[in-house]
Amino acid sequence: MKLFQFRGGVHPAGHKAATTDKTTRQMPIPQRLYIPLQQHIGAPAEPVVAVGEQVRKGQLLAHSQGMISAPVHAPTSGQIVAITEHPAPHPSGLPVRTVVLASDGEDRWLDGLTPTDPQSLSAEEIATRVGAAGIVGMGGATFPAAVKLKLSARNKIHTVILNGGECEPYLTCDDRLMQEKPAEILAGVKLILQATAAQRAYLVVEDNKPAAIAALQAVCSGLPNISVVPVPARYPMGSEKHMIQTVTGLEVPAGGLGADIGILVHNMGTAYAIHQAISQGQPLISRILTVGGGAIREPQNVSVLIGTPLQDVIDFCGGLTEPAARLLMGGPMMGQIMPDLSVPVVKGSSGIIALTAAEVADRETMPCIRCGSCVRACPNGLLPLQMAAQIKAGELDKVVDFGLVDCVSCGCCSYVCPSHIPLVQYFNYAKGELAARQQAKHKAQENKKLIELRQERLAREQRVKAEAAAQRKAEAEAKKKAKAAAVAQV
Amino acid sequence: MRPEVLFIAVFFLAFLSASLGFGLGYAAKFFKVEQNPIVETIIEMMPGSNCGQCGHPGCAAAAQAIVDGVAPLTCCPPGGHVLAEELAETLGVTLDISTLEQKPPMLAQVNEQLCIGCARCVKKCPTDAIIGAQKQIHAVIQDACTGCEACVAICPTGCLQMHPVRTTLKTWRWNKPEPILAAAA
Repeated sequence: MKLFQFRGGVHPAGHKAATTDKTTRQMPIPQRLYIPLQQHIGAPAEPVVAVGEQVRKGQLLAHSQGMISAPVHAPTSGQIVAITEHPAPHPSGLPVRTVVLASDGEDRWLDGLTPTDPQSLSAEEIATRVGAAGIVGMGGATFPAAVKLKLSARNKIHTVILNGGECEPYLTCDDRLMQEKPAEILAGVKLILQATAAQRAYLVVEDNKPAAIAALQAVCSGLPNISVVPVPARYPMGSEKHMIQTVTGLEVPAGGLGADIGILVHNMGTAYAIHQAISQGQPLISRILTVGGGAIREPQNVSVLIGTPLQDVIDFCGGLTEPAARLLMGGPMMGQIMPDLSVPVVKGSSGIIALTAAEVADRETMPCIRCGSCVRACPNGLLPLQMAAQIKAGELDKVVDFGLVDCVSCGCCSYVCPSHIPLVQYFNYAKGELAARQQAKHKAQENKKLIELRQERLAREQRVKAEAAAQRKAEAEAKKKAKAAAVAQV
Repeated sequence: MRPEVLFIAVFFLAFLSASLGFGLGYAAKFFKVEQNPIVETIIEMMPGSNCGQCGHPGCAAAAQAIVDGVAPLTCCPPGGHVLAEELAETLGVTLDISTLEQKPPMLAQVNEQLCIGCARCVKKCPTDAIIGAQKQIHAVIQDACTGCEACVAICPTGCLQMHPVRTTLKTWRWNKPEPILAAAA
């Protein structure tokens, strides 16, 4: 199949050898699970259980709110200990509303979860069940999968791409999933095809995963509309827009989605979860993630329950060999720095990477020499050196004109900069400032409306008072006249 | 050269400058702009609650003062540094952030132990953010509060207090990156 090339990109060292050949291990049930009510893009889920209630594995803990949201289910059986604020797996360490579940060790499934024959379901029913199972994008974006499937009702989707890129260094969870469960992934792909009425599916895998490619090709052989497409290993191949360009040569319009040009992209883990949900009736309650980095004693891939504290996962992998200089959730290019080990694993946690001080390359920042390495590396064709200079000078409006909104924060620019300038960090800061300004502007407009409404209310009250006074005066006059007339008559 | 040519040249230039001068004088009168239009733009950007924390009688007066250069861009506490930056961009001046009061945005809250239900604050609030009636404990609707502090001044028991806005996961932002210096590396 003819492939295309996206501009820029980098090729960092993979660091995958330590974990890519080890079988995924199942982690035992932890004592306490901390299940955040917001693990997805959109509105947080609203709890339907109470403190003290006994729940079964797979039971609904919180239902989705609004159009873009996802429900949350109990990863194991036990008792709800609290519904409270707990540190979120986020660099700020700020609290998020969390359901705390004390496991009873019995791991009893909810009654009535039955497998369904996929052939009997309509496209809409598949999307509804995917939504009810709480499935979100497992590559890390955590966009509710049901909403994405329903998008295809509006835009005609002709191609489904399964994202097996996993371009981040250290991460091998999707690699192991493809090697160990190719048949289930294929079943999930068929369900997605059914839900979108697309004509074809491409299972796209980077060529640094030969075993995964072979495993998928074995199950897909002979299928007319589903094929495995190996692509060159280049970061950020796993980025949806860049994968679409590589496979089809089509460019997603700026500010648009793949669905706008008829292409829907799902992560391999999401396809697996969709199969579990429809074919087994099981909601999303666990995931595979890579525990890696130089500070981990036994790096490997682990299947963990959602809500497991990071400390428990790392202990299962032999603990830390030395204090981690940096603790990441995700990969080293775009992963989030975790505040501490008490935060839980969530639906989008693709990996836990504990880096040693030697692996963290904090170097002195030197002045920009305008060498253009960042421009060559940017996969979106932006000018990082120009934008960073403007952000430093505080000219945020100009940065938007230079395409700040098109930056996907992949980090290629920071990776190549010979002066070690924190380029992508400047862009994340600028995007945050922009969002803060829009929020402030919105608040100011709302306040103005409230002030006007109050003025109107006061004016209205004045009017009503004046009318009432005039009315009373008229009645008093009428009474006086009537009295005078009566007196005159007498 | 002949004196007539010189005469013509002088006369022509004099006539030209006189007519242009008249034209300018006429334009200064006829096309005069009463108020600097930029003031209107600035007034739109201000919070509009006329709280007076800047020291000027109302947001319109503050806008005029900013345009005149009498008031600093950082004079509006409810506007915060976001407003200061927007003003700097609109007016095309550089912002001296050091003059900004390092006060975080504040919202009013009723201390229910002290509230006597006099309803004076209800009448004062420019956005009707306080709900309550006579002899009932009052409450401030946080989303509607602009931080103008008008209620704090008028409360007879001092039960209205300003609290800094809590940062949540939705409002948290990255800080501006600091360059790593040689000593630290």
